[in-house]
Amino acid sequence: MKWLLVILALFAMIPATLAIEPGEVLDDPVLEARARAISSELRCLVCQNQSVDESDSSFAKDIRLLVREQLVMGQGDRQIIDFMVERYGEFILLRPFFAPHTYVLWFFTPFILIVGIVAVFFRWKRRKSQLPGTDDVETALTRAEQKTLDSLLKDDGKKE
Amino acid sequence: MPIELGHFALILAGTIALAQSAVGFFFWRIGGRITSYLRQAAVLQFLLVLASFAALIQAFVLSDFSLKLAADYSYTLQPLLYKITAVWGNHEGSLLLWIVIMTGFGAAVAISGKNLPSDLLALVLAVQGALGAAFIAFSLFTSNPFARLFPSPLEGQDLNPILQDIGLAIHPPLLYLGYVGLSICFSFAVAALISGRIDAAWARWVRPWALGSWAFLTLGIAMGSYWAYYELGWGGWWFWDPVENASLMPWLAATALLHSAIVMEKRNALKVWTIFLAILAFSLSLLGMFLVRSGILTSVHSFASDPTRGMVILSMLMVVIGGAYGLFAWRAKSLRAGGLFAPISREGMLVVNNLFLATAVIAVLVGTLYPLVLEATNGVLISVGAPFFDLTFGVLMAPLLIIIPFGPFMAWKRGDFVAVTQRMAGAAGFTVLITIVLVMVSGGKISLASLGLLLGTWVGIGAIAEIVDRIKLGKVKFSQSWAHLKGVPRIAWTTMLAHFGVGIFVIGVVSVTAWEMEKVEEVAIGQTVEIAGYEVKMLDVSRRLEDNFVAEKVMFEVTSPWGWVTQTASEKRVYTASQIPTTEAGMLTYGFSQIYITLGDLSEDGVRVVRVWYKPFIILIWLGTLFMAGAGFLSLSDRRLRIGVPKSARAVAEPAE
Repeated sequence: MKWLLVILALFAMIPATLAIEPGEVLDDPVLEARARAISSELRCLVCQNQSVDESDSSFAKDIRLLVREQLVMGQGDRQIIDFMVERYGEFILLRPFFAPHTYVLWFFTPFILIVGIVAVFFRWKRRKSQLPGTDDVETALTRAEQKTLDSLLKDDGKKE
Repeated sequence: MPIELGHFALILAGTIALAQSAVGFFFWRIGGRITSYLRQAAVLQFLLVLASFAALIQAFVLSDFSLKLAADYSYTLQPLLYKITAVWGNHEGSLLLWIVIMTGFGAAVAISGKNLPSDLLALVLAVQGALGAAFIAFSLFTSNPFARLFPSPLEGQDLNPILQDIGLAIHPPLLYLGYVGLSICFSFAVAALISGRIDAAWARWVRPWALGSWAFLTLGIAMGSYWAYYELGWGGWWFWDPVENASLMPWLAATALLHSAIVMEKRNALKVWTIFLAILAFSLSLLGMFLVRSGILTSVHSFASDPTRGMVILSMLMVVIGGAYGLFAWRAKSLRAGGLFAPISREGMLVVNNLFLATAVIAVLVGTLYPLVLEATNGVLISVGAPFFDLTFGVLMAPLLIIIPFGPFMAWKRGDFVAVTQRMAGAAGFTVLITIVLVMVSGGKISLASLGLLLGTWVGIGAIAEIVDRIKLGKVKFSQSWAHLKGVPRIAWTTMLAHFGVGIFVIGVVSVTAWEMEKVEEVAIGQTVEIAGYEVKMLDVSRRLEDNFVAEKVMFEVTSPWGWVTQTASEKRVYTASQIPTTEAGMLTYGFSQIYITLGDLSEDGVRVVRVWYKPFIILIWLGTLFMAGAGFLSLSDRRLRIGVPKSARAVAEPAE
């Protein structure tokens, strides 16, 4: 039975050595998917705005292998990310941590959206109450302008 | 000698611009002859700048290396096209191109503005003059393209090889036409604020400029994206690079402007907001210019830059934004509210559109600038990349995509939500059906991707459904529908085209993101890589010697799942003058999908690392943008948009006070 174990061990080794080659791929598809997800969150520090997953620089390759090494060692996603940050600084993350120093980054956009919605709502409310019964208001155009506008709008009407 | 003449022409143009601006601001109320003077000044200024640009091109074509710029960025053995494009493949030259286009737009307004009220035109030209003067001064004092070298070198230093591509002939000029076109909208906004003439007619005058610059910006960004896709060899089409973001922000603002200008034109509402957007769009163009040229960020696009330039652009930015928004704050209160509308109405839909587009601008702006601000204030270095933008931007786009088809279906002032939903039921059913088929064909499960596909299809089908509904297809006799079809106004067609473009763009993005396949393998001659049913076989390796580079060329034979056999070549080049290596991807298009092959390193004898991608429906991304830009241009040709309202308008052309 020993020979079987040896053969199994050999089989297990082949993908491991192959992984260093361009394939780099882990044979466990679940681990590999995690590896790709993690490396697409990491910035290739020597490239111009590429993730570690996309770049073929040697730096990116090293990081890819490092990520896979750690995954095989049984590290969690979060642990690997923390490890990378410890080693290279937060700059390596393409999606910054959610922490006090990035609250503005994360909350500003939703805040603006909410402010926008509220502003639109109240403006509409106010306008409605200001002008009860009137459905339309005209600004004071000069008569000449009104004439041009009418001719333009008449032009519209013909076409539509 | 021509170089000195060019230099002199630019100085003269700057002086004229200054005079144009001063006279315009002081005497705009007089109109009439003052305006004719300003119009001539604008045209003359353009011709002079054009002459100076021509002088620069001549020096590059003749490889006159006594011109420092030519010595730094060109090479005698470059093909003629790249000698010409090298003129704007650098900071100084591209700034001059920007000025050429800016003064060109100014001249275009001057020439076509006969029917504008003469005081408004005078103000528009005054603002354009001020912008022209500022940019020309920036060029002359900090980035003079006409600087000489003595003694002049025998050979130039070559242009960055990545830039030696037809893309450089297309992408920057289109992009600049977009950026700078927005300066016209800006000038109109400032002129409107000063003169107090802010009404539906104003929107009608501005809209062609907004449309044109938006269409050019769309094309410029799309072409840049395609260029990056095939030239960088990374296989991506959008990287959320800060500089890409810098072009996306004005685009989003211009898109919002286009839509709000429709409301202003048709219903005399959203006036304050439209003016605000017109100022914002150009401010964002300037911000983009600052980001690219100040050297505060590194990117594919960065020019070699020095801090002085950054400071000058920053001050220009502050004057423009501060001045315009100061004026805005001061005058906006005096604007009277326009037409009233119910929340469920076409106006209401366009308001929602603007809300999301404006928030999207904020999302991109925050993501781009926050790391810089944080570093400056706290010294903490973070980076914001694709995962952040995909999340924030994506979340904002989803609701926008849902409401796009509703807009054109809604009536002005007060829409009937139930009725509209009923009219759209057919489109909705059709959308679901197509999505199910698409997802099944792609072999996918229900996931985020199928949701994205649903959205894209909804926008595309919804766009067509509006026309179908309009001509009552299937509800009346076919001949009657046909008759209706001929009567469909051009604006309905262009709306449909543009929205349809958005739809297929989304489908392309979702497909590529979800179902793209990639293989990296070591291949020797004669071996094949299999991907998505395609067989990619390496045929042979050869060397290619060109004037300006040496290339290693690998031929591939690709067999498609249905048996087509085609060949393509990938290359690794080393440019002679600069010794910079580049990769050229081999690409084959099947329908809307592509096979994309790049070369990695040679690892052993004859064994080479090859990266092969299968990119499903990727062409739809650019096809979609072409539809959008095409719709913009088509809309420009709408006779109702042309300013030339005959005769009757002449009487109005006098200042009416």
